[in-house]
Amino acid sequence: MSCGRMESKILGYMDGRLKEGERLEMEKHLSTCAVCQLRVNEFRAVHVLLDELPMIEPSAAFDARTKARVAAEPAKQDWWAWFASSPRVAFAASMLVVAMVWVGSQTADTTLNAGDIDKINQNMSVLENYDVISDFAPLSDLPQPVQADDTSDTKPNQQM
Amino acid sequence: MLDVKAGDEQSFALLLHRYRTPLVNFLYRMVRNREQAEDLAQEVFLRVYRAREDYVPSAKFTTWLFRIATNLALNSVRDNRYQRMEISLDAPLTADAEDGEEKKLDVAEMHPNIEQHLIEETRRKMIRRAIEKLPEKQRAAVLLHKYQELDYGEISKILECSESALKSLLFRAYETLRVELAPLVAQRAAQ
Repeated sequence: MSCGRMESKILGYMDGRLKEGERLEMEKHLSTCAVCQLRVNEFRAVHVLLDELPMIEPSAAFDARTKARVAAEPAKQDWWAWFASSPRVAFAASMLVVAMVWVGSQTADTTLNAGDIDKINQNMSVLENYDVISDFAPLSDLPQPVQADDTSDTKPNQQM
Repeated sequence: MLDVKAGDEQSFALLLHRYRTPLVNFLYRMVRNREQAEDLAQEVFLRVYRAREDYVPSAKFTTWLFRIATNLALNSVRDNRYQRMEISLDAPLTADAEDGEEKKLDVAEMHPNIEQHLIEETRRKMIRRAIEKLPEKQRAAVLLHKYQELDYGEISKILECSESALKSLLFRAYETLRVELAPLVAQRAAQ
């Protein structure tokens, strides 16, 4: 084992978390390398020094404050619980759903039958030119067609 | 935690009792302010409570708990760093106030030998400062490794890194501590 490779194993060795083979390899290297042996000893010393820091206890009010913060949390409610607590809203919502379904079912039937399609096909030549005919200036200059008068049509017959 | 998920308030009180001291100590060593550490610990418990219904026991509870705590601590440390940049260099350091606070607690123990007590207090101060000087992620790794005794798999999940990256992080941290604490280390290694 090289000194460089040892670096990744040193903490595992200290913690006793190396596999048996790795541990033996490590010990073999340490027996021949004074520098690495010194580093292991110093890392162990650091580990022990860190134990000198005292633990602190949470303040007496810690539990009470934590419980108060937890108690102040709003209770979670699911949708059904929300409806159960507001029957008027639940009724209004269900009426809205019913109304939407009813409006949807009342939409006009816009499908064409075979007769309608034939009629459109017969008048297609006029329909295709509808824009031109409807806005054709010379046609607007023509005199308005004379309305047939029922009385004038019947008079000659009466005279005869 | 599964009992808490089922709505058992008594189990939540048990969780609080079991984890409050390790959590407060971890957070205190991360942020170096007792009041802030307690506030953050309360926030951790609150988040655990809020997430109880969505809790899936895919990882150990401690891993999940310390992941929340570490994220809160790292954010707090970063926020504090920006705040400190705005404080005048003439102002007394917060760390000194905290040292004084711990000192008061230690004096309360009525140490029989005042000279010995002062030596121990100086050593502690050195150790605290050395830990404080570590970059925050290295600090979190050392605290979780040393004081919570979590294994590499758990710590790497908490810090969201690979196990090999964690080993490298820990090695660099211990290497820095070895240099920072050289006089104490030499003394201890010679024993």
